[in-house]
Amino acid sequence: MKKIQILGMGCAKCNSLYAAAEAAAKELGLEYEMEKISDIEKITEMGVMMTPAIAVNGEVKFAGRVPSAESLKKMLSEAK
Amino acid sequence: MFKPVQIFADWLTYSVFGLGSGTLAGGAVNFFVFDTIKIFLLLAGIIFAVSMLRTFLPPAKVREIILKKSRFSGHLWAAALGIITPFCTCSAIPLFLGFVQTGIPLGVTFSFLVASPMINEVALIMLFGMFGFKIAALYALSGYVIAVVSGLIIGRLGLEHLLEGFDQSKRIKNAVFGTEMSWGERSAFAVEYTKDILKTVWPYVLIGIGIGAWIHGYVPENFLARWAGADKWYAVPLATLVGIPLYSNAAGVIPLVSALTEKGVAMGTTLAFMMAVTGLSLPEFLILRRVMKLKLLFVFFGIVGAGIVFTGFLFNFVMR
Repeated sequence: MKKIQILGMGCAKCNSLYAAAEAAAKELGLEYEMEKISDIEKITEMGVMMTPAIAVNGEVKFAGRVPSAESLKKMLSEAK
Repeated sequence: MFKPVQIFADWLTYSVFGLGSGTLAGGAVNFFVFDTIKIFLLLAGIIFAVSMLRTFLPPAKVREIILKKSRFSGHLWAAALGIITPFCTCSAIPLFLGFVQTGIPLGVTFSFLVASPMINEVALIMLFGMFGFKIAALYALSGYVIAVVSGLIIGRLGLEHLLEGFDQSKRIKNAVFGTEMSWGERSAFAVEYTKDILKTVWPYVLIGIGIGAWIHGYVPENFLARWAGADKWYAVPLATLVGIPLYSNAAGVIPLVSALTEKGVAMGTTLAFMMAVTGLSLPEFLILRRVMKLKLLFVFFGIVGAGIVFTGFLFNFVMR
């Protein structure tokens, strides 16, 4: 089970990252769970300074950009 | 460098559209075609280069650099790094907290916070394209000085107690850089970013250049000098005030302002106006309200605003 976390305070890019990550996880046939983190304290605590960011099981993978579908898939399949 | 563009614009205006080269319409159309192509070429090329550079300097790395500097050079570095770090209101808060909570002094953080939106690549490219190198450089330099000085002043005032809305005792230690990017990913990021920016600014650029071209062709020379010339004391503060609500539309505002300058608005007034457009923005104000008390926001706006007005007067005085 992978917990995919999208960090952001609700800007347009956060939503597109959310959709892209979910699409990638579905395509890979992963067992996953999506979580939106919009609490700023939590975001900075995780060390993120540029939103949107994506983390898997608490580990930040990309910050400040919406990565391509390909790199998202690659990251998701490799993430522990 | 833009000779082929001028040749194309001439051909389009005078041969294809059949407008006379001495006529008002001919002048306006030629100006519009030439400027539009030139600006879009500049925007695409330079934004791509800058965003490539950015992939090497994510904010977490910027923070590391600033943290290692002494207090004074911290201001110099923060303002310089602010120039190349993109500023968007949706990232302003995590950036701000990421700085303050790792122990970067409030004043140094403000130097960064002032430089980042004010000296951005779109504004600089537009200024370079419409006014030339000298004005773009003057703009960047005075924006830089304002950022350093306002940060120094805010730091001196000791206003840390005016922060709110987050737990100040918490200190973040580790910075997340995200996954290391390959060259392919870097250029993909840069292409994506360039497309994003162009997508947002193109209507403003077209409208701005369109109105600018009309003014260029139809409004008499020095028409505005009577109201906004260098000898009018109220022009600079007024321009600064008018610029505040026009946030983030630098792309559309600059061509317009360039045409107005041609018709007699003094250069310092123009610069002050531009700085107010980019450096003092209401959305930023509202977003920052979540982490600081109103009083600190007013101090911040007041100091930066005063710096802008001062710069405007200075240039009007020097360049008269």
